[in-house]
Amino acid sequence: MGIYFLCLVLFSLGVWCLFVKKNLIKKIIGLAITEYAINLFFILLGYKIGADAPILEKNNLSIVSVDPLPQALILTSIVIGLGIIAFSVSLVMRLYEKYKTFDINKINNLKG
Amino acid sequence: MIELYIILILMIIAAMASIYIEDLLSSVIALGAVGFGITLAFLFLKAPDLAITQLVVEILSLIILIKATIKSNRDINKEKNYISYIFLASFFIIAFLYFGYKAISELPKFGFPITKVSSFYIREGLNKTKAVNLVSSIILDFRAYDTLGEAIVLFTSVVGVLSVLRRNNEK
Amino acid sequence: MKNNGGMSIIVKRITRITVSLIFLFGVYIMLHGHLSPGGGFAGGVIIALSFIHLVLAFGKDFAFRYFNKTLAFFLEGLGGILFLVISLLGIFIGGIFFLNFLPKGSPFNLFSSGIILASNFAIFLKVGAGLFSIFIALSLYRLSEKE
Repeated sequence: MGIYFLCLVLFSLGVWCLFVKKNLIKKIIGLAITEYAINLFFILLGYKIGADAPILEKNNLSIVSVDPLPQALILTSIVIGLGIIAFSVSLVMRLYEKYKTFDINKINNLKG
Repeated sequence: MIELYIILILMIIAAMASIYIEDLLSSVIALGAVGFGITLAFLFLKAPDLAITQLVVEILSLIILIKATIKSNRDINKEKNYISYIFLASFFIIAFLYFGYKAISELPKFGFPITKVSSFYIREGLNKTKAVNLVSSIILDFRAYDTLGEAIVLFTSVVGVLSVLRRNNEK
Repeated sequence: MKNNGGMSIIVKRITRITVSLIFLFGVYIMLHGHLSPGGGFAGGVIIALSFIHLVLAFGKDFAFRYFNKTLAFFLEGLGGILFLVISLLGIFIGGIFFLNFLPKGSPFNLFSSGIILASNFAIFLKVGAGLFSIFIALSLYRLSEKE
């Protein structure tokens, strides 16, 4: 159970960074750390001690393998996370061009 | 499983370094260390498909983040964070960790999963699709709707980036 | 003589060799998606990384002359439409959406397992061209900001 708890600690570090820091790039970094922790938690749920990877070999066609279903779901989630980071970075670049700063308190006060 | 514990503790230390450092370029590089730690953890957990995808996606997201931060003025301004935000965030995190600890006590023990649905995929995967890679046969034959949804989400994000970064006088 | 935006001559010399190797590796990972780990997503991202490698080493003007924006947009749309056509053909042939209608050979061959090879190719085109057009948009935006 200790390893699940370390995963939750990584998730809460990401949420703390997203909540407290004022810089926009730090907020994107917090979002990325949160997403890595959730992906790792799903794969930890499907691990079987002493089993092999879910790929069959030529000499034995029936193996004891780890759970392949969470791996199929998280494969999709990793690529979607890349799309989220790319879109957030494009929004931040547009904001920086207009207000010349990354600080959200200054952007709030300017109201250009 | 001592190597999984070591990798997770190294990732937590790298995440704390990435949050605390004030210089933007250094904290983005520390985020890359967290991503490579996840790749090693996927290899220890016997998931080679995910390790390949996570490695190349991590490299691409590092390129995009560095392109955004390298030309801006990275002056270090140390202002005090608001005290009320720190109290609120700490209260939420302590409550989340307490109830999370109660919830993960109900999960099955680490290393002995309950595979009710996956035993069908492992047993019938080779007979029905003749594909040797079980994960490929799941994402492209048994559960192809999820791949269609993921293709739509990627297309939406590309269209979103291209419409945000548009100039009025661009040819 | 230094191009604007490009790197030094040692980097350009090495890039000529490594770009073709990375391209070949990406196509291999995609084609053997049903035999070994990998698949369409990893192959597409590797292809996009090889073109980004070319753009970063030779500068924007030289590289965008040979691989311009309209080709990237067209390939991404083609990949998406190909994936939909493969899934809709299942309705016309069998009556079920996403039916696996191509012949399945014996396992461990390259042309086995029906529809998975064609779907891998469609996803490969879509992901690779889409991620490269994101990079084109980011670098062209940075170029016109300097005024």
